[in-house]
Amino acid sequence: MPDVDYRAILPELILGATILVVLLSDLGLRPGRKWIAGVLSFLGCAVALGAELTLIGETRSSFGGTYVSDGFAVLFKSFFLVVALAVVLLSLRYFRDGRFYQGEYYFLLLSSFLGMLTISSSRDLLMLFISLELVTAPGWLMAGFRKRDPRSNEASLKFFLIGILSTAVMLYGMSLVYGVTGSLALTDVARELGTQAEPVAIAAVLFVVAGFAFKVSSVPFHFWAPDTYEGSPIPVAAFLSVASKAAGFAGLLQLMFLGFRPLAEFWSPVFAVLSVLTMTVGNLVALQQRQVVRLLAYSSIAQAGYMLLPFALVGLGEDPLAFESAVLYILIYAVMNLGAFAVVVALAREAPGALLADFAGLWRSRRAPGLAVAMAVFLLSLAGIPPLAGFWAKFRIFQAAIAAGQAWLAVVMVINSVVSLYYYVAIVREMFFVDVPGARRLRAPAGVAGVAALSAAAVVAVGFFPDLFARFPAGAIFP
Amino acid sequence: MSFDDWAITLAVFLPALGALVVALVPGDRDRLTRGLGILFTGLPLAVGVAILFGFDAGAPGAFGAAGAGNALQFSVNLPWISVIDASYFVGIDGVSLPLLELTLLLGFLCMIYTWRYLPEPGRPKAFVALLLLLQTGMAGTFVAFDLVLFFVFWELVLVPMYFLIGLWGGPNREYAAIKFFLYTLFGSVFMLLGFLAMYFRAEPHTFDMLALQGAGFDRTFQLVVFAGLFLGFAIKVPMWPFHTWLPDAHTEAPTVGSVILAGVLLKMGTYGFVRIALPILPDAARVWAPWIGVLAVIAIVYAALACLAQRDLKRLIAFSSVGHMGFVMLGIATLTDVGINAAIYGMVAHGVITGMLFFLAGSVHERYHTREIADIGGGMLQKVPFLASILAFTAIASLGLPGLAGFWGEVMALLSSYNPAQGLSLGLYRTLMVFGGIGTILTAGYFLWMLQRVNLGTVPERWQTKELADVNAVEYVSWAPLIVGILLLGVAPVLIFGITNDAVAALTGLL
Repeated sequence: MPDVDYRAILPELILGATILVVLLSDLGLRPGRKWIAGVLSFLGCAVALGAELTLIGETRSSFGGTYVSDGFAVLFKSFFLVVALAVVLLSLRYFRDGRFYQGEYYFLLLSSFLGMLTISSSRDLLMLFISLELVTAPGWLMAGFRKRDPRSNEASLKFFLIGILSTAVMLYGMSLVYGVTGSLALTDVARELGTQAEPVAIAAVLFVVAGFAFKVSSVPFHFWAPDTYEGSPIPVAAFLSVASKAAGFAGLLQLMFLGFRPLAEFWSPVFAVLSVLTMTVGNLVALQQRQVVRLLAYSSIAQAGYMLLPFALVGLGEDPLAFESAVLYILIYAVMNLGAFAVVVALAREAPGALLADFAGLWRSRRAPGLAVAMAVFLLSLAGIPPLAGFWAKFRIFQAAIAAGQAWLAVVMVINSVVSLYYYVAIVREMFFVDVPGARRLRAPAGVAGVAALSAAAVVAVGFFPDLFARFPAGAIFP
Repeated sequence: MSFDDWAITLAVFLPALGALVVALVPGDRDRLTRGLGILFTGLPLAVGVAILFGFDAGAPGAFGAAGAGNALQFSVNLPWISVIDASYFVGIDGVSLPLLELTLLLGFLCMIYTWRYLPEPGRPKAFVALLLLLQTGMAGTFVAFDLVLFFVFWELVLVPMYFLIGLWGGPNREYAAIKFFLYTLFGSVFMLLGFLAMYFRAEPHTFDMLALQGAGFDRTFQLVVFAGLFLGFAIKVPMWPFHTWLPDAHTEAPTVGSVILAGVLLKMGTYGFVRIALPILPDAARVWAPWIGVLAVIAIVYAALACLAQRDLKRLIAFSSVGHMGFVMLGIATLTDVGINAAIYGMVAHGVITGMLFFLAGSVHERYHTREIADIGGGMLQKVPFLASILAFTAIASLGLPGLAGFWGEVMALLSSYNPAQGLSLGLYRTLMVFGGIGTILTAGYFLWMLQRVNLGTVPERWQTKELADVNAVEYVSWAPLIVGILLLGVAPVLIFGITNDAVAALTGLL
């Protein structure tokens, strides 16, 4: 029997139990009552979050050191559970009104979040792989949940095919790593790679990186993202762009800063190229978009480019700072992007197409002034305007880049930030400057409005007192 | 907990608090909202007056005083963001005080003006709240002594100003608003990178402006960082050829927006040169100064020529700002006591005079519903005699008539370029002086021509039958301090020089 620390995996157990309860409850609930599955999911996540928070400050290790609950894991798991709560809130009315299969949806959603919890603790290639697939596979189905809409079918199929391809590439890379190092545990992999830099090991690492590049929608592996986001139900798009992407980064952080760290001199330039390409292409294409979900999709590609930047700094003497800045960016990005999607969901009942023009007059014609202000906060924060949270996230990455002597990356990133302002402000412009005579007041579901309000409050509060947030990643650095 | 410890914080953050209060007031309480606006800019002004009386002009100021915290007055230094070593470090010396007072005064006067005038589409709550937020950003910029804090205040003005232009502006407002936003953001992000570079190069790492003065960066590093800071500051000033956002933004902005843009926002750029770029990067400053001088003089001549071609009253004033800021930059580029004193004097004088001119342009538009000089067609002295007289007075002050505020800044900037700092090319600077002098003549030319076309002559037929009101009470109240200021600064320039001189002397000691 392997050593199992049940206390460390309690949140996962609770979430797993919730998944079963949700699945079973779907059998017993009458059609009009299916939304109860959503409420059960919410409660399950809340309890799991409570259990996770009790683990703060402890370092526990199970299954022979391949499953670890340390500062990093606790931070990311708590974060994923908070995101899960938000996504469930965004989904409740949307899925109820849209006559979707609610029981299955929440089952799939929570399964994916279970994968995110395990990915945060996985210090072993096999565990990482399984977790990552557990995150992604339900996503393929959820993207296709608008069954009668061909675009949703396309979204699902595209996501599935490209996902499978990236999985295959990554798995091949991992098998090569195992072949070279003879181990799957990340610490052992690092030790072995430190003693020998065989060409095949470098190739293996690059395969794994390519696989992850699909998951985090980095250019040139990003083509699935806009189509998939656009075709999916909007809460699912929010989930994909926030949670699923963050999960990819959580895995990537552990792999790169821990397992493949000795080969940094070979792969960090690759990340520099990926990062620059991703942010530039994402921003330039976003400039052309007229559909807000697509716009946010390209924006999230560009944002992934910023998050990839710290990986290009590994091995230049500022690893802790780079690591911290990446973690900080992922967390802050999640809050502001989730908020932006919450506003899109709120609008979705009136304007399912979510065109730019559907945002017209949101503030100016008093359609939903509160939502408009919140959306403006999210968009300006995504653009990195101080004093909002997004600015500090960018600031920390600039700082890391300059500290590591890679000022040119910081220059590329600031130029990109200025470019991005243009399309973020395009939405602000519609909401605030365009008057729609005779517009009716928009009523947002309470849960959705709540997510938007809380996220906006967080973005502003962190903007003025970054210390509220900046402390977390510092505790999450690997030893 | 004495007043000295709280004075700056109150002056800076009361408007932000006001913005929060206004946001909580119901949307239909129009008068209450505007009253709150006056209250929350009036209180900081009162604090500002108290600071003025408590200020010791003989103190050495912040330059060259690394580590000497008592060189600043009313200073506060508290930890703010520990993970990045940024602190809440604010204070006042002779360079910041005049600009802080100018900011507090103009903000207050704009709120009084808003009591009566609120452009379409109304929405007083948002208008007042944004103005208040803007006020906090501007005031904070002039008192911040931590680079991160400075940057946050600096950027804080962007969003409110974007909305002010975009929502309450003229017909071309959306274009002007986004242009302003993108342009200034573009400059400031490079400035930020410059700040970060200085942070990491200094030992120990710090964002403290006073400590950085003694950091002794090597020359190559200084040149590169100066370029980054230059982009940020020069776009804000704006210096030729980065000025193209200005005519659009100033012309399209609502009246009080233009007043604040011209009166305060531009000074943030010139202040940045004096406060950060010169003392921390003195070697680079000596290399860059002649280039800055050349650009400044191009701006002076170019703006004057452009003004001659303007048909829109407000656009003319906007372009004249480019020229006046050219004189300020010329003063700074000499790197001398006289020049930098002149620059600070010029900033305040331009703030008072051009702020006033934009008020006037706004009020002319309120009456004529056009700003086209040809449409107004002359005869304002007959139709609205008080308004026209004030316009004539202010325009003449702006062209630099001795005895009024505009004179000292320009003439001393020119004088100082006759004798620039050691090591700067005498021939070049004297040539600059000549061209600057030609600029003053052209400036007089376009202002007088404008007055001729607007004020003199007979009232055109289309206005003869129209009832046009002359200056009203609200306008008198909001303008009187500026008119008095123009006279007072003109006859007693010591009011400014007395405050700035010692601080500037310490600054040039570093160069």
